[in-house]
Amino acid sequence: MSVSQLRFTYPGEHHAALDGIDLEVTAGERVALLGPNGSGKTTFVMHLNGLLELQDGAITIGDLAMSEDNLREIRRRVGAVFQDADDQLFMPTVRDDVAFGPANLGVAADELDRLVVETLERVGAGALIDRSPHHLSGGEKRRVAIATVLSMSPHLLVLDEPTSGLDPAGRRELIDLLVGLPQTQMVVTHDLPFALQICPRSVIISGGRVVADGPTRELLADAALLAQHRLELPFGFDPTRV
Amino acid sequence: MSGAHAHGSAVDSLFVEAESAVHGLAPDAKLVALVGFVVAAALTPRTSVWAFGVYAVAIWLVVFVSHVPVRVVLRRLAVIVPFVIFAVLIPFIGGGEQTQVLGVSLSVDGLWAMWNILAKASIGATASIVLSATTRVPDVLTGLTRLRVPRVLVAIIAFMMRYLDLLVRQLGRMRTSMTARCHDPRWLWQVKPIASSAGALFVRSYERGERVHQAMLARGYTGTMPTLDRRPATAVDWSRAASLPLVAVVTLIVAVVL
Repeated sequence: MSVSQLRFTYPGEHHAALDGIDLEVTAGERVALLGPNGSGKTTFVMHLNGLLELQDGAITIGDLAMSEDNLREIRRRVGAVFQDADDQLFMPTVRDDVAFGPANLGVAADELDRLVVETLERVGAGALIDRSPHHLSGGEKRRVAIATVLSMSPHLLVLDEPTSGLDPAGRRELIDLLVGLPQTQMVVTHDLPFALQICPRSVIISGGRVVADGPTRELLADAALLAQHRLELPFGFDPTRV
Repeated sequence: MSGAHAHGSAVDSLFVEAESAVHGLAPDAKLVALVGFVVAAALTPRTSVWAFGVYAVAIWLVVFVSHVPVRVVLRRLAVIVPFVIFAVLIPFIGGGEQTQVLGVSLSVDGLWAMWNILAKASIGATASIVLSATTRVPDVLTGLTRLRVPRVLVAIIAFMMRYLDLLVRQLGRMRTSMTARCHDPRWLWQVKPIASSAGALFVRSYERGERVHQAMLARGYTGTMPTLDRRPATAVDWSRAASLPLVAVVTLIVAVVL
């Protein structure tokens, strides 16, 4: 994935939400996207899936440039898991929800059934297949939400605040799941220990720009850098000693 | 936003878990049977009292076969109470020929109108209760799709069912937070916070709608809901389900001809 000079201003606003973002992510990497509230992280993530129209700059996913013609294939390649799982899970049953993406891509009948079962097994949610999404716990919803995009066999997984609302056990299970997936991953998070645990590399976005890009441990050890961009480690957490 | 909400969900609380011939029927066959039965009952002349007896026996036989507890059906029949109250008033206010019952003068036409409403409402309601108690919401939706109900309509119903719960919970949280700040509405002029919370709820729902739409687009949605149908209704389903409306239609014909 490659992004160059991406700029974006929401209609009716003067300040640019994204002010020239440059970023390269190679296949198989897990990258954490850190930054304070309002720094442009979510706006950036929405661009990767073509949910916001490109105003200025360029995005390439694999060998495909972001454009109207490539939108369908780009949305297949980039699986976006949104922050609120209740937004992601909109079908009456887990089965239908996981089938939604591939069905839009034209997968049908037995192949679709097989794909749904396989994908749910892969995230450890095979038993939930006939449940309604509103009956699931937070951790279960998160797993199923990830399954809904994995079923489209994406190359790049983009996760927006995946640990929000999870209890510690749910958070650990999510970590195990993500580390076990082969896809390239970009994880937007406020949970710095989580970023350190699963992402070797981190990028800090602030004011719509990339202000730091490097090994997660080094970035988190730079107290001045963190303070400058309203990032804080939990009390007592020392990234150099984990 | 998290936690297991397996209990108290408004959507699935109607379903009664059981193994029965009625539970196992294809939902589209059940829907058609329900509509056929209710329409036949509604068309029956009110003076054919025996016909309503046949309908009652038929639908209660289905209740018996479905293993839905009788007391559950009776409790849910309470939804028709407002209609019953209205119906009971009619003989007192109706005009025309009068008759004396226990020394009270009642309208004969009004009595027939009351009987008509009571009989048809209770039979129709019982039939709907059986359907909702033996069919899960997603299956009802599948049934509607198979019956060629426009997919957009089915999708709208599906979203409503999916998000109704969230909406109710959100409303509950807003009420809790009002109560926690000592808001205790009793009079009409205290209605303002409730009205504004309805507004807030609307805006939140609207925003959620936008986010859901984005989540759909992100997964390749292009404006038409994909077909996700698996197990079509068999001839056996149709013939079994047809027995109920068949009884009703025969009864109706006899009642009209006689």
